[in-house]
Amino acid sequence: MKGIFKNPLRRWSWLFMGPIVAAFAIGFVWPFIQGIYLSFCKFRLIRDAQFNGVDNYIAAFADETFTHSFWYTALFAIVSLVLINVLAFTVAYLLTQGLKGSNLFRTVFFMPNLIGGIVLGYIWSMIFDGILSRYNTSILLETKYGFWGLIILMCWQQVGYMMIIYIAGLQAVPEDMLEAAKIDGATKSQTLFRVTIPNVMPSITICTFLSLTNGFKLFDQNLALTAGQPFIIQPDGTTIKTTEMLALNIYNTFYGSSSTSPGVAQAKAVIFFILVAGLGLAQLAFTRKREVQQ
Amino acid sequence: MKNLKRVLAVLLAMVMVFGLAACGGSSKKSGSVYWLNFKPELDETAQELAKMYTEKTGVAVKVVTAASGTYSQTLTSEMDKSAAPTMFVIGNQAGVKQWKDYALDLKGTAIANELNTDAYNLYDETGKLVSIGYCYECYGIIVNPDLIEKAGHSMDEITNFAGLKKVAEDIHKNASKLGFDAFSSSDMDGSSSWRFTGHMANLEYFYEERDAGGWSECPATLTGAYMDNFKNLYDLCINNSCTEPTALANGGHDAENEFKTGKAAFFVNGSWEYAAVSETVPNATMIPYYCGVAGEEKAGLNCGTENCWAVNAKASEADQQATIDFMVWLVSDPEAAGKMVGELGVIPYKSAPASQNGFLADAEKYTANGCYVMDWATNYQPNVDDYRAALVSALNKYNADQSAANWAEVKTAFVDGWAVQYQKANQ
Repeated sequence: MKGIFKNPLRRWSWLFMGPIVAAFAIGFVWPFIQGIYLSFCKFRLIRDAQFNGVDNYIAAFADETFTHSFWYTALFAIVSLVLINVLAFTVAYLLTQGLKGSNLFRTVFFMPNLIGGIVLGYIWSMIFDGILSRYNTSILLETKYGFWGLIILMCWQQVGYMMIIYIAGLQAVPEDMLEAAKIDGATKSQTLFRVTIPNVMPSITICTFLSLTNGFKLFDQNLALTAGQPFIIQPDGTTIKTTEMLALNIYNTFYGSSSTSPGVAQAKAVIFFILVAGLGLAQLAFTRKREVQQ
Repeated sequence: MKNLKRVLAVLLAMVMVFGLAACGGSSKKSGSVYWLNFKPELDETAQELAKMYTEKTGVAVKVVTAASGTYSQTLTSEMDKSAAPTMFVIGNQAGVKQWKDYALDLKGTAIANELNTDAYNLYDETGKLVSIGYCYECYGIIVNPDLIEKAGHSMDEITNFAGLKKVAEDIHKNASKLGFDAFSSSDMDGSSSWRFTGHMANLEYFYEERDAGGWSECPATLTGAYMDNFKNLYDLCINNSCTEPTALANGGHDAENEFKTGKAAFFVNGSWEYAAVSETVPNATMIPYYCGVAGEEKAGLNCGTENCWAVNAKASEADQQATIDFMVWLVSDPEAAGKMVGELGVIPYKSAPASQNGFLADAEKYTANGCYVMDWATNYQPNVDDYRAALVSALNKYNADQSAANWAEVKTAFVDGWAVQYQKANQ
C-alpha cells in the first residue's frame, strides 16, 4: 500500500491511460468484435441481427465476383508493391547524393500524398481520358487501362511517402562503413548492394508492409477512377466487374438490396481482415530476418 | 500546491470524459419529429418549414438531408441510432423490400386521407401501405420549340418517332450552319447516366408492363420485346448530338447548359429541370419518349415519383403521431403547402395549391387530350445500383463501337441482367 502511494505516476496512471484505453475500446475493439459477430448474422440494422451460422461465409466463398476481385487485388498489390518501392528507393537514393535542391525535390515528391484518394481518382480519370480520347477510347473501356491507370495513380501518390522513409534509412547508414568500403576499393554498385541496402532493411520492411497492405485495402482511388468498369457481361446476364478490388466488392455487396447482403458483406470483410493481417505478418517475418544489427 | 495540481488533474479528466459523453447523447422529448430528407434541393425549404412548425406548435422538428446519391447509406446508419428518423423515404420497390418492416401501415391515417390520388403510393406484398407520395414528377424529352422553328420545322411534325427522327437528323445534318445541334450530350458518368439507364429505359419496361396488364410487383424476368424501340431512341439521341458518342464514357459535358444556351434543341430530362431551363428558354416544352411503338401518337409523359414518405414503425407512438401531424400540416397549411409546391412542382394533396411547373402542365395536357401516362415501371428495377452499373458499362462499350455484338451485350445486361439481379435481390 505504501509503495503505491510513494509512486504518484503509478497511482494516477489510470487517469492518463483511461481516456485513450476507453476511446480505443469504444472506437476499435468493440466494433471489431461486433463486426465478427455480425458476419454470422442476417441483418439490415445492427440491433435487429439474427444469428444464421456460417451461411454468410458459404455465400461469400461461392460468389464469383469476390474471387475475381481477390485475384485482381492480389495482382495489383504485387505490381504496385514492386514498382512503388523500386521507384521510392531510387528517388531517395538520388536525393541523398548531395544534389542541389534536394530539399525542394523531397517536398515536391511528397506533396501528392496530401491529396485525398477520391479527388486523385477524378483528377487522374480526366488526365487519362484526355489522352485516351484521342484514340477514341476511355479508361472505362479496357481492363488493362484501368489496371495500369490505377498503378500509375498509386505510384504517383505513394512514391513520395515511401521516399521519406527510405531517406531516413539511408541517412542512418553509418559513415564509417561506407568509408571502409571505399577504402577497400568497393565499386558504387557493390557499396549499394552489400553495404547500403542491408543497412536500410528496416526501412524496406516498413515500406513493403505499408505498400502491400495499402494495395490490398485500396478503396477510394478504385471507386473514383473506374468503379469496377468495364464489366464483362456474360451470356447469362451475370457480370464481372473487371477492375473491382476487394474493398469495393465488399462495399457494393453491403448495399445490395437482398436481405442477406449486409451479412455476406460482413463475412467478406472478416475474410478480408484475416487475409490482409496474415499477409502483412508473413511479409514482416520474411523481411525482418534480413535486417542487420548495427 | 500538490493538492491543487491533483484537483486540476481530476477536473481535466472529468472534462474530457463528460465532453465525450456530451457528443453522444441528446435529450429526447416525447412527440418529436426527425425527418430524413431525400431531396437535396428541398433542404433549405424543409429546414425553414421545420422552424415554422416548431414556432407554431412547440413540437421539435429535426431535418437532416442525405447528400445526393447516398440516401440508402445514410438511412442505414441513422435507423440504427436510438434517436432514429421518424419520417423517411421509401421510394421504390427495392426500398419497400428493404425497409417494409420499419414502416408503419399508413392506411386510414390522417395524411393518407389528405391525398387526392393513390397513384404514387407504395404497398408491400401483404397490402400494407408502406409509403405515400409527397410529390410527383414527369420525364421525357425537353424541347426548345424556337430552335425547331429556326431549323425550318414545326412542333406539329413531332407526333411519333418517325417525325422526331426526321427533325433531329435534319438539325444534326445542318448543325454547323444552324449553330446548334439536335440532342444535348448523353454523358454516361454517375451524374448523368440515370437519364438513360433509369429514365429512358422506362419506355421498354412500360410497354412490357402494359402488355402484361400492369405489374403489381417486380417481375422475375423481362422479355425484352421493346428493346428495338429503346435502341431507336437511344441511337437517335447519341448520333445526332453535339458530342461524339465515343466521348461520353467519362462525362464532363454539361447537357443542361448546352440546352439552356441554345446549343441543342433536345434535352432528355425531367420536370425538376423546369425552373433552371425556363430561365433562358421560357417556351421549353416536354414531349414523350417517341420510339416507334404502334399507337405512340397517343403517348403521354412518364409520370411517377421516388418521393414517398414512410413513418418509422419502431418509433414511439407519440413520435409517430407528431410525425403524421407534421406531414398533414406540410400539405394542408396554406403557407407550408405553398412552399412545398414552390419547391417540388406539384404535390398530390387535396388542399394544396396548383402547380406553376410548365412541364407538369404539359403532362396534364397530354392526359387531358386522352393520351396514356407512361408510369414509372423503372421503379421495379431489381438491385438497382448493380443493374444500372452493368447497363452503363455495356452502353459505354456500345457508344465506342456501335456494332451488333456490342448491342447484343446491352440487351443481355438489360434483359438477362434483370433476371440475375432479381434472383440476387430475392435470395
